[in-house]
Amino acid sequence: MRARTIPIPPAPSSALEYLTTKKDELVGWARKFSLFPYPFVTACCAMEFMAVSSTPYDTDRFGAALPRFSPRQSDLLMVVGTLTHKQAPILRKVYEQMCEPKWVMAFGACATSGGFYQNYAAVAGIDKIIPVDIYVPGCPPRPETVIDGIMKLQDMIARSRHPIFTEEF
Amino acid sequence: MTPGVLDTLKERLAGEVADASVSHGMLVLVLAPADLLGIVQRLESEFRFDLFLDVTAVDWPGQTPRFEVVYHFYSTAHRIRVRLKTRVPEADPAVESLVPLYGSAHYMERECHDMYGIVFRGNPDLRPILLYEGFVGHPLRKDYPKRQEQPLVPYRS
Repeated sequence: MRARTIPIPPAPSSALEYLTTKKDELVGWARKFSLFPYPFVTACCAMEFMAVSSTPYDTDRFGAALPRFSPRQSDLLMVVGTLTHKQAPILRKVYEQMCEPKWVMAFGACATSGGFYQNYAAVAGIDKIIPVDIYVPGCPPRPETVIDGIMKLQDMIARSRHPIFTEEF
Repeated sequence: MTPGVLDTLKERLAGEVADASVSHGMLVLVLAPADLLGIVQRLESEFRFDLFLDVTAVDWPGQTPRFEVVYHFYSTAHRIRVRLKTRVPEADPAVESLVPLYGSAHYMERECHDMYGIVFRGNPDLRPILLYEGFVGHPLRKDYPKRQEQPLVPYRS
């Protein structure tokens, strides 16, 4: 019995069948729309975080709507509120548990610089503990400011290099 | 607020404490540290002050004795409050613990010990509650430097 071959349809002559792009641009485009935030919420900024997560502001437009409550599944660490010295080891551990690539947002004045706290209890900015990619000012920041921060972070992700093999690989 | 009860209480306790006055509708008793446990026991059993609201301290730098330990109690039966003040010296800032009388004293005394270094004799567990192990000093004392931090995680350089 003769083997039958399935005929391959001829290539259509329409446009956009092939796409050429740079790997970094493609990966960056994909990554900037799939930010899974991990909310590290410690203080009153949480109220604004709830507002920005709510329907009227719709962060799903930026692919950043689905909070993951495990640092291992998330790639955007949002530090929302004051960080105390007692909590600093926990933040450090959460950050170290996140897989690369990862980004950190300092949400509000306290996470950015300690805000008005300059005392024995508060860390004057989370960047003393972990590296920060985007600072969102305000006490607390308005939802529009947070969205602006997310968009600036997206621009940053789109512009940066995305190596597939790193030195640690 | 029952002013009658307050005055009766003041009259009955005035002889046993250093000073008794009414301030903002609250009875204020100033007493020696040695009398503390006896007075609190009477307040609890005789006058039905069943709720221990708080214990804190005031640091008066330059004065002797330096620390003033302040207690607040509330009577749910009479709906009145009483404030107790007692002074302890810097060399031995110790008062008797109220844990045998009020279970809630346990945590509040730990906090006061954290912040002011007041020692509550008889409290079984004075480990740090708001601060952390290894913290040196007592941050709410007036001689604690305002901006001195004691980080648990080394700072990024």
